[in-house]
Amino acid sequence: MDWTALFLSLRLAGWTVVILLPVSVFMGRFLAFHPFRGKGLVEALVMLPLVLPPTVFGFYLLTSFGRNSAIGAFWQDLFGHQLVFTFEGLVLASVIFNLPFAIQPAQRGFEAIPRGLREAAACSGLSPFGSLWRVELPLAWPGVMTAMVLTFAHTLGEFGIVLMVGGSIPGETRTIAIAIYDRVQAFDQASAGIMSASLVAISLFTIALTYWLSARVGRRLS
Amino acid sequence: MTLSVKMRAAGAIPLDVAFSVAPGELLALVGPSGSGKTTLLRSIAGLWQPDQGQITANGAVWLDTGAGVNLAPYQRRVGMVFQSYALFPHMTAVQNVTVAMDHLPRSQRAAEARRLLDLVNLTGLADRKPAQLSGGQQQRVALARALARTLGVKPAALLLDEPFSAVDRATRERLHAEIIGLRQHLSMPVILVTHDMNEAQTLADRMLVIDHGHTVASGATADVMSDPQALRTMGIREVAAMLTARIAAHEDDGMTRLDTATGPIWLPRVDGAIGAVTRVRILAHEVMLSRARPQGLSAQNILPATVLAIRRGDGPGVMVHLAVGDDQILARITRRAAQMLALAPDDCVHVILKAMSVARNQITAETSKHTPPGPV
Repeated sequence: MDWTALFLSLRLAGWTVVILLPVSVFMGRFLAFHPFRGKGLVEALVMLPLVLPPTVFGFYLLTSFGRNSAIGAFWQDLFGHQLVFTFEGLVLASVIFNLPFAIQPAQRGFEAIPRGLREAAACSGLSPFGSLWRVELPLAWPGVMTAMVLTFAHTLGEFGIVLMVGGSIPGETRTIAIAIYDRVQAFDQASAGIMSASLVAISLFTIALTYWLSARVGRRLS
Repeated sequence: MTLSVKMRAAGAIPLDVAFSVAPGELLALVGPSGSGKTTLLRSIAGLWQPDQGQITANGAVWLDTGAGVNLAPYQRRVGMVFQSYALFPHMTAVQNVTVAMDHLPRSQRAAEARRLLDLVNLTGLADRKPAQLSGGQQQRVALARALARTLGVKPAALLLDEPFSAVDRATRERLHAEIIGLRQHLSMPVILVTHDMNEAQTLADRMLVIDHGHTVASGATADVMSDPQALRTMGIREVAAMLTARIAAHEDDGMTRLDTATGPIWLPRVDGAIGAVTRVRILAHEVMLSRARPQGLSAQNILPATVLAIRRGDGPGVMVHLAVGDDQILARITRRAAQMLALAPDDCVHVILKAMSVARNQITAETSKHTPPGPV
């Protein structure tokens, strides 16, 4: 059992969730409530990581994070080391490839709020922020919650993009999914089996937790 | 703290209206569906912006398109009751009310919210969620929430957007009676959007009839109800007048005797204590006139009345305005009948009312409109 890899995966998933939570709420709300020109295009772009093969997506991220790219050069100037094959690079890649998981369920959650309720909130004297905090978020919470759990679970399981952008540096970019692959390559079936089972258990636990939480929210609302 | 509204809009929802509502006054905005009445109300709340318009509440400018002023809904002091209740499902009844009280000191909110819930007859239901309340109860919570928003602030306005259309008939009647009871507590301008003429006539002081966004008629309810211009929009069968009567006795046969200024009438059981004053809505097309006091007639409600005026419309009918004591009632008869009776102003005639033609929801408790409005 590669504990370092497991903790790295959990750390990566945790950071991804922390960064994507506000993005999920504000992008999800924006896309749900504001019709604008090119909305379809934005929604399609957000969904793109879902349909592209991870290697293709990883390849583009690798090129755009590389030392010769604008992002890569900027990072190099700022921190004195490159972005690819680092934990920070992995977090950035993870944030991008999780956009569909973070935004879509939250958007559906906000869309489910009747327009009349938002109008009633405004007529009750709630500012846009007050309305978000006291009316919209409590109602859209199951959607936002689902988004965060999906993001967390999906980050734990992502393999192709992590391998392309991060490689397999122990303690830096070797996640549990990569470690399993390495173990199988080394014919260490026993370790691969234990780690796979752990990943199944963790994923199952997080998904069950969301179902339980959203059922609780559902009861609170009815 | 008069509310003045002037607005103009072109396009899908044309509007061209100007009116004002005095403090404590209830104005009914009526018109066919698609006439723009709801849009007008939403503009006052700030939920829709007309091309051109000015809205001022007691001198405070809420909208002035010329000067580029357009306050957001939460910056205007409007309490709004929506057709679909629009209660916050995750909050209890009392939380739904306190959420609209951010302008009050925190320590006062809970007590004020409970007082408002008592006022709308929801004592004991404060901790229920909307899903645990009936439609009528939900609409009472919505009314309490709207009142909470206007509590202790000037300028403020109370806007009611077809508030009783989603509840069943019996509940609607009860809510009407409650609104009438509440009136003495309302010190702000109130605007009620409705397509129910009975509702408008029993609740409102003044009416504004609009069609295709234009004012068709406006004025005191009784005047608008006899205005031929308004009638064309509202439909001739909705023309009616209010007759004041005192409950005199509940008879054994299920009828209630009511005393009017010029004699008794009997109506199917009217709820109310003996001595209570009610207003009965009499539809003009249900009224018959006779020169002599009729004998041997199944209708027992015969009241002496004096002809005030006879107005001809476009069609074959005429509208006869009659005085019954201090009340004015309307009779719609044919022009031919008016000629045969040789009706002229100041003539004495007998008004014949069919007891069964008065629906229960067209009888309301007397309002205390004339008492000075107290604080909410």
